[in-house]
Amino acid sequence: MPVAQTMKIEVEDLRTFYGAKEVHHGISFHIEPNEIFAIIGPAQSGKTTLLRAINRTLEFTPGSRMTGTIRVDGEDVKKTRSVYELRRKIGMVAPLPVGLPLSIYDNVAFAPRAAGITDRRFLDGHVEKCLRQAALWDEVKDRLDSLGTKLSGGQQQRLTIARALSHQPEILCLDEFSIAIDPVTTMRIEDVLKELKREMTIILVTNLVQQARRLAARTMFLWNGEIIELDSNEVMFGDTPKDRRTYDYVNGIFG
Amino acid sequence: MANSSEKRPSRGALALLSERTIESLIYVCGFSAIIFVFGIFFFVFKEGAPFLTKLNFTEFFFSKEWIPTSTVQPKYGIGALIVGTVSVTVVAMAIAVPFGLGAAVFVSEFCTGKVKESLKIIIELLAAVPSVVWGFIGLSVMSPVIIAVFHVPVGVNLFNAALLLALMSVPIMVSIGEDALKAVPDSYREAAVALGATRWQMVYRVLIPAARNGLLAAVLLGVGRAIGETMAVLMATGHAVNIPDSLFDPVRTLTATIAAELGETSHGSDHYQVLFLIGVVLFSITFVVNLTADLVVKGIRKG
Repeated sequence: MPVAQTMKIEVEDLRTFYGAKEVHHGISFHIEPNEIFAIIGPAQSGKTTLLRAINRTLEFTPGSRMTGTIRVDGEDVKKTRSVYELRRKIGMVAPLPVGLPLSIYDNVAFAPRAAGITDRRFLDGHVEKCLRQAALWDEVKDRLDSLGTKLSGGQQQRLTIARALSHQPEILCLDEFSIAIDPVTTMRIEDVLKELKREMTIILVTNLVQQARRLAARTMFLWNGEIIELDSNEVMFGDTPKDRRTYDYVNGIFG
Repeated sequence: MANSSEKRPSRGALALLSERTIESLIYVCGFSAIIFVFGIFFFVFKEGAPFLTKLNFTEFFFSKEWIPTSTVQPKYGIGALIVGTVSVTVVAMAIAVPFGLGAAVFVSEFCTGKVKESLKIIIELLAAVPSVVWGFIGLSVMSPVIIAVFHVPVGVNLFNAALLLALMSVPIMVSIGEDALKAVPDSYREAAVALGATRWQMVYRVLIPAARNGLLAAVLLGVGRAIGETMAVLMATGHAVNIPDSLFDPVRTLTATIAAELGETSHGSDHYQVLFLIGVVLFSITFVVNLTADLVVKGIRKG
């Protein structure tokens, strides 16, 4: 059942497992290019695992496996020619900031260097650009050589955003990026995301229902590894989503 | 069920007493290390101290003439012995550090499941071989091999001993190094890989910087093992007082000298006291190595 080639990501009958525990029970959906696609849902519903399946970091967890297909740009991620190129295509921001134990500069220059870029002048400009996009430049421009792990939680989170942008991804996955960031900075980054939409596809996993509403064109409500509902934001956040649970969840009546 | 007027439960006197006891026991355990270190230093030093008045320091440290048993004019120069210990250690580390850390990285990052488990067990077996057995291997197995391969007259020499020491210190480096790498959180690995890094890029760009303190500790434990090793070097170095010109010259180390000669001296004689002073020198060398390491690690942490 080939969906039109213009889809950025297609997921078909995805099932993922940690050992015997099944996380996703056969979900299918697609993401269009240059859209902001939000995924909402309570904890343990498989949001993070879904992202990890897409960039194939799931396989680092012993005992994990997946069935079904995920296609990025029409290419099956399981059969991809180079998993490194696949991963470079996808920028990943984890919920808890993972500042690598390197300097701020080296954190952001990591991915370009891993891809083989050594030109210092290019790297300098690139690092600045990414840090500006992540709304971090002004705070760290005088101490690019100090350890990234010494930044505050919110700064580290923005550092990971800058890092995710550093390899010029076509897809940016944000996994609850605003957990450790204050509302004002969150707004600044959200503005950046709206800009970035022109250049890339953005998958936004969030616990903040309002954030999904503000940013995304379409939202997927994932619960216990199943898609409860996936539709445009007008429907999802409107008065009459198809599933009663969606209405309850986005309006905070749940449970 | 909760009744607010009920007395809050408090712990009995016995519980408090046992808490105190355990606290002070732990306190004693902590300080015992200091006591033991100073105790060892003190007693070794005390045995050798009387000779200090008669000792010519320049000759002691820089002369390569070690003729302690001469009835006419005994000479106590440990220059050659220091060079022996240092050269054997340096060569051993040149072999062991790349191998040990490489193996640690391999075991920790590149292999899984049964291969990993069996490798770890075998490497630990290597650590369980007694040093006299290593010495025996050096004498009877490696010596003829070295003679045949390198066309040198004597097989028991610096290279032979260094090879043995390398084999002896590799297991320590592997297990400590692997622990250090294992302690690096998996989120680092995943972050690096998500950025498109290959396994090897992940290892040398992220894991090694993240684990460098532990890896340094692994190397230093290996160095300590090599400096302190006695039996194997006694059997495999050739035990000749000599400043080596090449890898294949026989040498003699400080430790082997003490082991070989202490039993032959009379208690309290000059020779006996000098051997204890050698002990003090050894002690100082390891102390300096550890101290440097601590400073280096602290320097890294600050930077």
